[in-house]
Amino acid sequence: MSGIPHDHYEPKSNGEKWLHSRLPIVGLAYDTLMIPTPKNLNWMWIWGIVLTFCLALQIVTGIVLAMHYTPHVDQAFASVEHIMRNVNGGYMLRYMHANGASLFFIAVYAHIFRGLYYGSYKAPREITWIIGMLIYLLMMGTAFMGYVLPWGQMSFWGATVITGLFGAIPLVGEPIQTLLLGGPAVDNSTLNRFFSLHYLLPFVIAGLVILHIWAFHTTGNNNPTGVDVRRTSKEDAEKDTLPFWPYFVIKDLFALAVILVVFFAVVGFMPNYLGHPDNYIQANPLATPAHIVPEWYFLPFYAILRAFTSEVWVVIIAETLTGGIVDAKFFGVLAMFGAIAVMAAVPWLDTSRVRSGRYRPMFKWWFGLLVVDFFALMWLGAMPAEEPYASFSLIASTYWFAYFLVILPLLGVIEKPLAQPETIEADFDAHYAPKVGGTTTIVNPAE
Amino acid sequence: MNMIKATLVSAVLALTAPAAFAAGAESAHKIDNVDFSFDGPFGSYDVNQLQRGLQIYTEVCSACHGLKFVPLRTLGDEGGPHLPEDQVIEYSKQFEVFDAELDDFRTATPVDHFPGSALANAPDLSLMAKSRAAFHGPYGLGINQLMKGTGGAEYISAILHGYTGEEKEQAGTTFYENDYFPGGWIAMAPPLYDEAVEFQDGHDNSIEAMSHDVAAFLMWTAEPKLGARKQAGFAGVIFLTLLSVLLYLTNKRLWASVKGKKKS
Repeated sequence: MSGIPHDHYEPKSNGEKWLHSRLPIVGLAYDTLMIPTPKNLNWMWIWGIVLTFCLALQIVTGIVLAMHYTPHVDQAFASVEHIMRNVNGGYMLRYMHANGASLFFIAVYAHIFRGLYYGSYKAPREITWIIGMLIYLLMMGTAFMGYVLPWGQMSFWGATVITGLFGAIPLVGEPIQTLLLGGPAVDNSTLNRFFSLHYLLPFVIAGLVILHIWAFHTTGNNNPTGVDVRRTSKEDAEKDTLPFWPYFVIKDLFALAVILVVFFAVVGFMPNYLGHPDNYIQANPLATPAHIVPEWYFLPFYAILRAFTSEVWVVIIAETLTGGIVDAKFFGVLAMFGAIAVMAAVPWLDTSRVRSGRYRPMFKWWFGLLVVDFFALMWLGAMPAEEPYASFSLIASTYWFAYFLVILPLLGVIEKPLAQPETIEADFDAHYAPKVGGTTTIVNPAE
Repeated sequence: MNMIKATLVSAVLALTAPAAFAAGAESAHKIDNVDFSFDGPFGSYDVNQLQRGLQIYTEVCSACHGLKFVPLRTLGDEGGPHLPEDQVIEYSKQFEVFDAELDDFRTATPVDHFPGSALANAPDLSLMAKSRAAFHGPYGLGINQLMKGTGGAEYISAILHGYTGEEKEQAGTTFYENDYFPGGWIAMAPPLYDEAVEFQDGHDNSIEAMSHDVAAFLMWTAEPKLGARKQAGFAGVIFLTLLSVLLYLTNKRLWASVKGKKKS
């Protein structure tokens, strides 16, 4: 594997040599764990471990839940109650799984916004970014289908609304919707295919996670300065980096433990806080809930979906130009998926050659506004579709697109970036006093 | 480091976001918190209150409503009403359940569930306390939620003593005015009145006291493992806090050879 120069695994005993010449799996594990990592990573670089933990947690709890769950419209709701009442520790499994989804999304949003601020998407890490976006899309699909499984009111009506979006696509929309639902409406066939896919997709995500890690282990991690690790020699590289084990493993585990304190407090003391009470009512196709609202992690994009109503001038123009093919509903769907598409295209939209936002005085403000915009959209997604929220949603949605399509391309031309440090080492030494006469000596395991 | 602050603020905001959509039942009147014994991180059910609630449910509610998700045997559970085994068997005998194997009705035993609702338009009460929420949401950054719960039990108890006494006829159905019911008019006739139920120990049987008792009982039917869950959560929090401290110290010592004092 090309990459930052570092020591590789050398089999010593005969047994190790025997294995290594046949399957160099120990070498692979060693190189992965000992990867030289920029020593200046801050606390925003811990989310990768949190996300890996979330995926493992969801798969493990999910597999056990699947042993007790029945994907049938007459029994799904009751089987969830069976898990809550009769299965040993079932209530903890289910609450951890449900709240685990929320932790997963908190971590993924933090991870994405970290990448957006420090320019982690820029060359040569575009592939890492694109794979990450695919993982994010699959996560949304998996979470959505998982929410349908308990077969409560929000499950049913959420599924009806979201699959209805696909019906808005001209020509192919209705066949796609029918294929998703397995019939004309949300019913047993929908529940069955959602259960099957909800079980499948996490393993697809796991595969993509491996590619994601492989990609950034090839390019090396980005870091808060955005300056590359020196690859001129092993000695130079070692001035900029530390091996992943133990330095970053321990640091990340500490961060994970702190996050899990909060997670267990939520699971133990207020497990239904992030859920909707209506989902404790069994699905009833004849009774529509007063407000159908998605889970919190979909709200920003739900707000964008609803923002483009038939009164908005761009929608009117689009509808006139396409002879009515792009109506308000389809426009909203395009906007929602477009909002994620522009984020995925950011490596090619950002024209600045400086990676880290730290050295971009104007970018900082626009990025800060994007973060505010994201939370504003999340709040607006939860509000009823009426004034003044509709106008606010439109403004907030416009900013989301403007940031990626107008501001980032222009900033690279207009902005005068600050001076970047020569090396990671120089930046590190500028922030931390040199270590004198250390009280403890820990042998660097990479040496 | 601004980024870290921004993240923390974001995390708090993210947790408070559901505030908005959770409004749920919109009552005419604001429902006040009741200090139930099961509120807060250390709360647990009051066995006596659950037993009184069970009595009210049996004598009043069960005439129309059911508890189809609740197994009768759980009446003997610790952390629940905790009835002695013989009483659970005796209690079960009053119900007739349909047995698919016999293709006939038979007397219920503790392995059966409570019967479902006797009236078609009376909702099942098993999960009522979790499917309604008087104050679900992020008031006070979610801390209220932690201390007071979602307000499902409060909603039930408010409904039970929220009748104004007004009635109206609409399409052949009588509706009763209720301050706490969304829309203000409910089809359920006032089920409780003062001294509707006589307790063996002479406990307070005013309408308010009984509303609280039966609401607590319905909280138990909705969340029977509440006590065990809070204990598990507490153990998790303590264990992980300890682990965090140890990992913090390990991390600090590990990096000591690399990182000097931070320059201001």
